[in-house]
Amino acid sequence: MMESQLLPVRAGIVPRVAATAAAAIRDAPRAAKMRSEHLNVYYGGFRALIDISLDIPERQILAIIGPSGCGKSTFLRTLNRMHDLAPGTRIEGTILLNGEDIYGASVDPAQVRARVGMVFQRPNPFPKSIFDNVAFGPRMHRRAKGGALADLVEHSLRSAALWEEVKHKLHQWAYALSGGQQQRLCIARALAMEPDVLLMDEPASALDPIATLKIEELMQELSRRYTIVIVTHNMQQAARVAHRTAFFMANEQRAGFLVECSDTATMFTTPADKRTEDYITGRFG
Amino acid sequence: MSSASAPAARPSLALASLQRRRLTNWLMLGLIVLALAVSLVPLVAVLAYAIVNGLPGLSATLFTRLPRPVDVGAGGMANSMVGSLVIVAIAALLGTALGIAGGIYLAEYGHGKLAFLVRFFADVLSGVPSIAIGLFVYVLLVVPMHSFSALAGAVALAILMLPLVVRTSEEMLKLVPGSLREAGVALGVPRWRVVLSVLLPAAASGIITGTLLAVARIAGETAPLLFTAFGNEFWQRSLVKPIDAVPLRLFKYAIGPYDAWHTLAQSAALVLILFVLLLSIGARYYAGRNRLQRQ
Repeated sequence: MMESQLLPVRAGIVPRVAATAAAAIRDAPRAAKMRSEHLNVYYGGFRALIDISLDIPERQILAIIGPSGCGKSTFLRTLNRMHDLAPGTRIEGTILLNGEDIYGASVDPAQVRARVGMVFQRPNPFPKSIFDNVAFGPRMHRRAKGGALADLVEHSLRSAALWEEVKHKLHQWAYALSGGQQQRLCIARALAMEPDVLLMDEPASALDPIATLKIEELMQELSRRYTIVIVTHNMQQAARVAHRTAFFMANEQRAGFLVECSDTATMFTTPADKRTEDYITGRFG
Repeated sequence: MSSASAPAARPSLALASLQRRRLTNWLMLGLIVLALAVSLVPLVAVLAYAIVNGLPGLSATLFTRLPRPVDVGAGGMANSMVGSLVIVAIAALLGTALGIAGGIYLAEYGHGKLAFLVRFFADVLSGVPSIAIGLFVYVLLVVPMHSFSALAGAVALAILMLPLVVRTSEEMLKLVPGSLREAGVALGVPRWRVVLSVLLPAAASGIITGTLLAVARIAGETAPLLFTAFGNEFWQRSLVKPIDAVPLRLFKYAIGPYDAWHTLAQSAALVLILFVLLLSIGARYYAGRNRLQRQ
């Protein structure tokens, strides 16, 4: 298993990395859209994340990689306050969105989530029509109705590269779509809110390779306009799509911490930390 | 894999005790079928009895006339039927609204001690004798209002259906995948709007089925109406005055001294059974149809 994983990593990454490196130069260093400062997360008495400080650059893709249970998803969910739903979760430290602390006393968590969209591991469309799925957010926030809403839905579906496949069946049940189409529908649903940041929690792990490829192409397209954070188990995926990559690990107490974060090209060619190198060459995890 | 290469030395597949096993199987199957037949006997017997005895007295006048004195000729129970419909409709409205609200609380927000208490009392309430609930509403409403009424009857029936609706809505909401809840909340929609616009529609078919069954259950209740709706020989337009109901009429006629009353009671029983049966079948049909649609 270790060996078989190691080879494609080596073989697949090198040419890709060259392309990503070129992209990194083109995109130059960007200002941070979001920033986490000394973030600690506790589930009851259990400390899940230790002192995470990380910049999320604007209109780029940040990939978070690391072995299972290293707190990747936990970190992602702090960025749109999804932990508020789970009683007993406690957050210490600061998370800034456009310089504003999203955990500030006067901040409405629903407003944070309206600005920071999320796509989940498994496609989770609502039991409604395709149109109603995409229109759900704007309708609930009273942002658009009638023709303007129809335009917004079309625009969102186009941005999610799904429009051509569904334009004649907008009023069909969303569950009639394939898994990959459902996931793009969920992306369209998130985009309809015109978010500042899009969080993706292993968005392709439940999909076949073709559907995965489509999602990855879509992410690169979206990164021209949106700031994207993706959690992935798949290192090749991170190498293919991300501008920057952060590597998380868990310590002996199973608490996650950040090992390093750098340009994807640097990360996969000359990592600063020995543990990163061990992980990306498949020695553990 | 071909039969020619199969090893020859394997023991035969025939089992020595096969005959005995077959016999045991048939015996057990027979016992189960017998148990089923025995448990079906009361249901079929009640239905047959109601039809045989109720059908002769069933006539149009039953549905159109008011009750009449025995010596005046064939009376009806039109006022009782309308009264029953009014009481059950108000009760269904109250019970459904409160019950679903309670179910939502338990499924979506209920984690602490209060939720435990609500769940516990809902379970206890479903075991309280219905006549005790009638007595409770008598003290709660009839005494202060100085009158029996459709309203009091409806409140008693609503209390009776409350635990059923609360627990069904809770269970149905809990069956909705958590990923839908997350998807809604992640769009920046407040939790309560996610519940109302995503989770409740997703759980609707189950909740409607449960509610219909609860309505069917209360439609035939007599005891809670004895000291709340009380009964009436005439039409009643007011919701705060004594009103008649089919089970009350049935009860009065069944224990009365006249043969004509007994015939009417039998017909009333048949009407009541058919009404409840129709509601139950409707609920099952609705549930079944929705299940098919989903697949």
